[in-house]
Amino acid sequence: MKKDIILAGVGGQGILSIAAVIGMAALNSGLQLKQAEVHGMSQRGGDVHSNLRIADHEIFSDLIPFGKADLIISVEPMESLRYLPWLSKDGWLISNNVPHVNIPDYPDMAKIDEAIEAVGQHVLINADEMAKDLGMARSANIVILGAASPWLGIPYESLETAIRKIFGSKGTDVVDQNLKALAAGKAFAMIHHS
Amino acid sequence: MLLLGDEAIAQSAIDAGLSGIYAYPGTPSTEILEYVHKSKEAREKKIHSTWSTNEKTAMESALGMSYAGKRTMVCMKHVGLNVAADAFINAAITGTNGGLIVVAADDPSMHSSQNEQDSRFYGKFAMIPILEPTNQQEAYDMVRYGFAVSEKYGIPVLLRITTRLAHSRSGVLRAASLPQNEVHLPGNPKQFILLPANARKQYKTLLHNQAFFEEESENSAFNKYVDGRDKSLGVIVCGIAYNYLFENFQDTEFPYPLLKIGQYPLPYKLIKQIYNECDTILILEEGYPLLEELLRGILDNGKKILGRMDGTIPRDGELNPNIVARAFGLKEEYGFPIPEIVKSRPPSLCKGCPHIYSYNALNEALSVFAKGRVFSDIGCYTLGALEPYGAINTCVDMGASITMAKGAADAGFVPAVAVIGDSTFTHSGMTGLLDAINDRTPITVMILDNATTAMTGGQRSAATGRLEDICLGLGVEKDHIHVVNPSPKNHEENLKIINDEINYEGVSVIIPRRECIQTVARRIRDEKKEKLKQEVSD
Repeated sequence: MKKDIILAGVGGQGILSIAAVIGMAALNSGLQLKQAEVHGMSQRGGDVHSNLRIADHEIFSDLIPFGKADLIISVEPMESLRYLPWLSKDGWLISNNVPHVNIPDYPDMAKIDEAIEAVGQHVLINADEMAKDLGMARSANIVILGAASPWLGIPYESLETAIRKIFGSKGTDVVDQNLKALAAGKAFAMIHHS
Repeated sequence: MLLLGDEAIAQSAIDAGLSGIYAYPGTPSTEILEYVHKSKEAREKKIHSTWSTNEKTAMESALGMSYAGKRTMVCMKHVGLNVAADAFINAAITGTNGGLIVVAADDPSMHSSQNEQDSRFYGKFAMIPILEPTNQQEAYDMVRYGFAVSEKYGIPVLLRITTRLAHSRSGVLRAASLPQNEVHLPGNPKQFILLPANARKQYKTLLHNQAFFEEESENSAFNKYVDGRDKSLGVIVCGIAYNYLFENFQDTEFPYPLLKIGQYPLPYKLIKQIYNECDTILILEEGYPLLEELLRGILDNGKKILGRMDGTIPRDGELNPNIVARAFGLKEEYGFPIPEIVKSRPPSLCKGCPHIYSYNALNEALSVFAKGRVFSDIGCYTLGALEPYGAINTCVDMGASITMAKGAADAGFVPAVAVIGDSTFTHSGMTGLLDAINDRTPITVMILDNATTAMTGGQRSAATGRLEDICLGLGVEKDHIHVVNPSPKNHEENLKIINDEINYEGVSVIIPRRECIQTVARRIRDEKKEKLKQEVSD
């Protein structure tokens, strides 16, 4: 078993919190892991990504080769498209559909939707709104993780356990909110994937 | 433990009896000292960990700790080693007492740097052993081994990593904790006095030790020869390139003889062996073609060698699994093309960043002059080069803003403005300012003081709150030092000050001072957390 995942977003959107949950869940499921992150200059509002590789055997490269990613998980729609050369032909693209517009020439959202539709297997989700409806706008990342959870190859319960551990220090309310966010994302994906 | 390469190095140092770590922040090396600084274990063990003013002061402090007999580490990014080079090269001549490891983190592909220089050349230049890990576990193991080698031969050891390893996480197994050394003087009381007569002796010792360093390399567990049945090709692979090679051969047998190199000086016997046994040699190294140049020699009239110099591998940039696949002519898969609508999204100054308002005022003040007058430096404010600001014209190395403005002004290019951050100013700007003061050069220096080393994540800045005192002490006239608040509501006032000082025929310093919005946000968050904790415990 192996899952190669590209996490995408804009510096400051916190893609590493998604990575942290998947990482802990993977380790607790007895899997090996390598996760390449972007630190430094790009974090200032530029495009950022992380290569997260999990497997039940030794992982060599910290970087995913072209065409080998099983999943692209993106917290920003245009950013989800930047890494398409890495996506496997039968991979899944899971993306937030709320644009982060900090450049003057940001493309028309309808065109982005169209490009994502063309990819084949994808889930496009309004994670910001779902998180807000749940009463915690900051858990949008976890909604997206929930939407990706059916394709991670990790038991859903392991993700829940990881959320309890990682957010535990912030109190039971925060843990519960994030568990709800995870469930909401998953429920959406089960109905709306195509 | 799940650790970044940087963190694995830090944890290993803590476990190997480290007594102190020194560094100036620089991507991708920053997280090493940061990890020690935050480690509860390191605190309990009373391991010294504070940021230094620059890489040279860090290197010298580490050498001092080594003199006192303790194990110590100094960390920097590749270009930081340029700053520390004087101390670094001479530390190879003095030798060490307590174990000393110098970590240089290179940045091929220049993710966050102005060049992609390969620190292995520095190690070779200094004639000291170099270690280059393949993965996080090897990084951990090499630190422990490096301290042992350093103390065995009384020599600094260079640990060379690159961005990809520094900032990638993986599982690491720890070894048993070692005690710290006791303070003790070096056995040779003259070794650290590099008067020519002593230095000549010390240098001879260094030369004499080369044979031992080579022997260590030949026998090192980090240098491994693995035979293969197909001798039409031999592959020599250095450091992290090993991973990209086996990414391509994980499901199939690797048929060729392989030499994996993780320790230098180069293991000449092993290299000779693979060269003699195989028809063609492929070299995979992350960075410059160091080994490749040596193996080709000036005449390049030996066996066929493939690598960065003949185009088998691109001459610049970081390696990856696809580049290695291409070198073997393997079939590559490719996902989907990037749609044309995807636009580039360069980094930018944060919304509300104080630098924005400094640049707005400066741009307006300079609008009446011909363009090209702003000499800038290394930090977040370098992003002022991008649109919509287009506010700066140079960015070369730490501190070059002030000195380049001085040189331009000396050439008659007036007004000339230098823009430098608070941390960069104390790193390497103060000496240049003194030059300008001594010459009464007509330059205007703006020290953008956001009270932190922002670009690398908000580390302590060496002279927060004391910049005007430093400028005054160096000799800037009191009437020509201004502290201003860079905000929209002070725009007119700040503009007038900049205008006045640009017209002054001497050195002026303007300090736009407002805390970085990232560190403010973090502080408020931390205070909230602290309050929550307090409430819970109440």
